[in-house]
Amino acid sequence: MILDILSWISIAIGAYFVLVGGIGLIRMPDLFSRMHPAGILDTAGAGFLLLGFILQADDWLVAAKLALIFVFLLFTSPVATHALAHAALLDGLKPWTKSRKKDGES
Amino acid sequence: MLHAVGLFAVLYGTWIVLSGHFTPFLLIAGAICAALTVAITLRMEIFDHQRARLVPLWRLPFYLLWLAWQIILWSLIVSRKVLAPTIDIDPVLERIPSGQRSDIAKVIYANSITLTPGTVSTDVSNGEIEVHALTRAAMEDLKTDDMNRRVSALESKQTDKPGEAQ
Amino acid sequence: MFLAAAAAIIAAMLLALARAYAGPTVYDRILAVNHIGTQTVLLIAAMGFITGRPDFLDISLLYALINFIATIAVLRYVKRDRAKAEPDS
Repeated sequence: MILDILSWISIAIGAYFVLVGGIGLIRMPDLFSRMHPAGILDTAGAGFLLLGFILQADDWLVAAKLALIFVFLLFTSPVATHALAHAALLDGLKPWTKSRKKDGES
Repeated sequence: MLHAVGLFAVLYGTWIVLSGHFTPFLLIAGAICAALTVAITLRMEIFDHQRARLVPLWRLPFYLLWLAWQIILWSLIVSRKVLAPTIDIDPVLERIPSGQRSDIAKVIYANSITLTPGTVSTDVSNGEIEVHALTRAAMEDLKTDDMNRRVSALESKQTDKPGEAQ
Repeated sequence: MFLAAAAAIIAAMLLALARAYAGPTVYDRILAVNHIGTQTVLLIAAMGFITGRPDFLDISLLYALINFIATIAVLRYVKRDRAKAEPDS
């Protein structure tokens, strides 16, 4: 019973972070600032959702697999984000700054 | 040798978790496959010898707990920025020093920076990491060197030759 | 409960899809597609619980790895393409 409530809370927090990640992806002005909401999804969103799923799992194998998914996400997502940011910078994309607000998106 | 045993344990644990069957045939097959992989790895000499520098392994869980707390904290801050009626961000791109000697500690530091919402590492070079931060507050928080010191504490203390980046 | 989680994930996927369609640069699109891939991993896990079949978790695990490799591969492809288009750089 307690476990049910805890997993409800965890899944609700995870869903909130997932939605915030999606909204941030739309609202942020340029690529580099969009990466930060995407990072919320990769860590906090996925973490809380999978924690809620783990609390609902009735088999330890299921729980272990969910934990393994989270570990893989934790390893791969920063590397992918780093590679993306590095490639974009090498390609000559200039990060949006407050002073260049008038120029609009480049 | 310790590396080989550790690698075998990790591979065999992965096999058991992913298969989910406990018949003798599958357990033995898993052991053979893991041992074969370790043997091939030893023969190819692609072991990461730098890993020996991460000696105080018992400190890693404490660091991960601290990192999880940091991630939750900054997730809340960034989500408040995202949901604000007007986007109030001030992105900065700066280079910050990193005091780690070994490559693996540098990788842990750069990945921790990227994992924490609000900061993304964009380039890693000798002793420096280029960081894009969503707000100046995030950059100032990183510049307090708290995370840097914690990652450096994961390394072993003896100082031999410094790790070459790349 | 899992249906609510799946609904939230799908809504966020639609937002990311809009960004992939609108994204001004190719990197925006890659970021959005990577984002959708991460959400797919979570969605498949939720579907496994909804339908009561934990086998879905294996697919989810596999997708988490393929998603990463796909992002890196597309990134390399784009980089090489750019280098070929501008031989002097």
